[in-house]
Amino acid sequence: MQSSQVKRISSRHSYLVKGKRMSTGSIVLNYAVMIIVALISVFPFLWILSASFKNNENMSSIALITKHMTMVNYSGLLKFIHFDKYLFNSIVITLGGILIDIIFSSMAAYPLAKMKFKGRGFISGLLLSTMILPASASLIVNYITISRLGLLNTFAGIILPGSVSAFSIILLRQAYLAVPDALYEAARIDGASELRIWWSVMLPSVMPTITTVGIMDFINKWNAFLWPTIVAQPSHYPIATALQSLNGQFTYKFGYIASSTILSIIPVVIVFMMFQKNYLQSISGAVK
Amino acid sequence: MLPALIILGVFTFYPIIYSIPLAFMKYSVIGQTSWVGLQNFTRAFQDSDFWVSLGHSAEFVIVVPILQLISIYLATVVNKPLPGVTIFRVLFYIPVVTSMVAVGIMWGFILDPTGLINTLMQNAGFSHVIYFMNNSHLTLPILMGITIWQGIGYYMMMYLGGLQGIPSELSEAAEIDGASPATIFFKITIPLLKPFIWVCSLMSLIAALGVFDIVFVMTQGGPNNATLVTNYYSYNQAFGNFNFGYGAAVGLLLSIVITLFSVILFVYQRKGGQTHAK
Repeated sequence: MQSSQVKRISSRHSYLVKGKRMSTGSIVLNYAVMIIVALISVFPFLWILSASFKNNENMSSIALITKHMTMVNYSGLLKFIHFDKYLFNSIVITLGGILIDIIFSSMAAYPLAKMKFKGRGFISGLLLSTMILPASASLIVNYITISRLGLLNTFAGIILPGSVSAFSIILLRQAYLAVPDALYEAARIDGASELRIWWSVMLPSVMPTITTVGIMDFINKWNAFLWPTIVAQPSHYPIATALQSLNGQFTYKFGYIASSTILSIIPVVIVFMMFQKNYLQSISGAVK
Repeated sequence: MLPALIILGVFTFYPIIYSIPLAFMKYSVIGQTSWVGLQNFTRAFQDSDFWVSLGHSAEFVIVVPILQLISIYLATVVNKPLPGVTIFRVLFYIPVVTSMVAVGIMWGFILDPTGLINTLMQNAGFSHVIYFMNNSHLTLPILMGITIWQGIGYYMMMYLGGLQGIPSELSEAAEIDGASPATIFFKITIPLLKPFIWVCSLMSLIAALGVFDIVFVMTQGGPNNATLVTNYYSYNQAFGNFNFGYGAAVGLLLSIVITLFSVILFVYQRKGGQTHAK
């Protein structure tokens, strides 16, 4: 009786979706939920994008698209703030941080994976403790360290403290562990040195993970704004930090704030969209 | 290997260790640094701002269950093999990859006295302008709402990873037997996701108690301390008033609170897991 009921319903009100039966009602409900949440997620971005093309007169218009769309907020940006300089700073800080993280983490993770040393629990514990320590406490100590090293208001002072991440090391260590031992043994028998094995056998095998680390780093480091306000002057600010200080000072110039916000978001959204498959996979696999 | 460990050691692990003795010092950047014993801690206990901030940080924990429930539900939706579902996953994730500065500016513009919400309400006939960010009853809930808005995509992806490990036959069988979607959600999906729920709740709890960025960007603790949270209070003591020792002591007290909450959650999870096994 059960199965005949399902059949009857299915012939009238259901569809086969990739081999799975779903009722019309459930398909409509699912799309309705997804569309509503997508609108809520994306609306603030559309709103500020629209504002960035409005002039002062129609800034408070509630239409997303107005008759008088203008590029004036983008063309005037260079005169209003040194956007080019902040962009340059962002690129130096982001790329510098990514390079240091990838080079040093991929070197540090290798012995941690190969030495069969029981440090995994220890490292994960330390990682958790870095999460529990409030931002303020590490800011204070890092500020003292950077000022003692004489690195205040330098790119090195901005880049170094957050550069190597324990999370990258853990990800890369797992990637090295997944490389088959046979590959390592074969290179060994051929007489390759430990350094050469790492460079020409191990490193190419963990390239996908290095890409993931690079993308995560790009997003984190491009968005980081707090640390530069503490150790640097505005001349060394990246875009995110500059935006934060501008937002407090020039609320009446909202068109410029809107256009620079859009310009600051675009690189991250592009990188995320390009690598979303790889990136989202590693996020959803992180808990496992 | 060595350079990485030096950087990690100096800038990540050293702060954890050094913030402890620092909390017992009167630290001065230029002048004399001296040990002051428990003075920073007794000062914190007598400081009403500290207690106010701790209350707000604790209130922020309300975010955790709401965020987790919405994310779990949304994960079940985007786990269905519907065409275009990947596009929606990406759209939900965009707020996660956006800097808090941009998030603060965008929402600040929407909530502004001349912003979208007020304009819409005036068009609908309301004569009052609501100063959202100057209203001490509204600001903390607003910051919580934005935190949820930004976090949904992240936790959704975590739970999606969990759901993809669960065979869909279980909920399909229940559906055929006539179970309602709500029954399936609460009786099948949530129990099966339990390990993921604990990890995500722990992460979310640590983040909620340590909330900082959104306060820094949007309210700086105001209006009238309505959004003063402990992490921001500690930061402000250190870099606003240059009381490094006192800031470190407040930070240390906050990490003790966070550790306590995490241990409680962990013990509760252990107990829950055992009764479940019986």
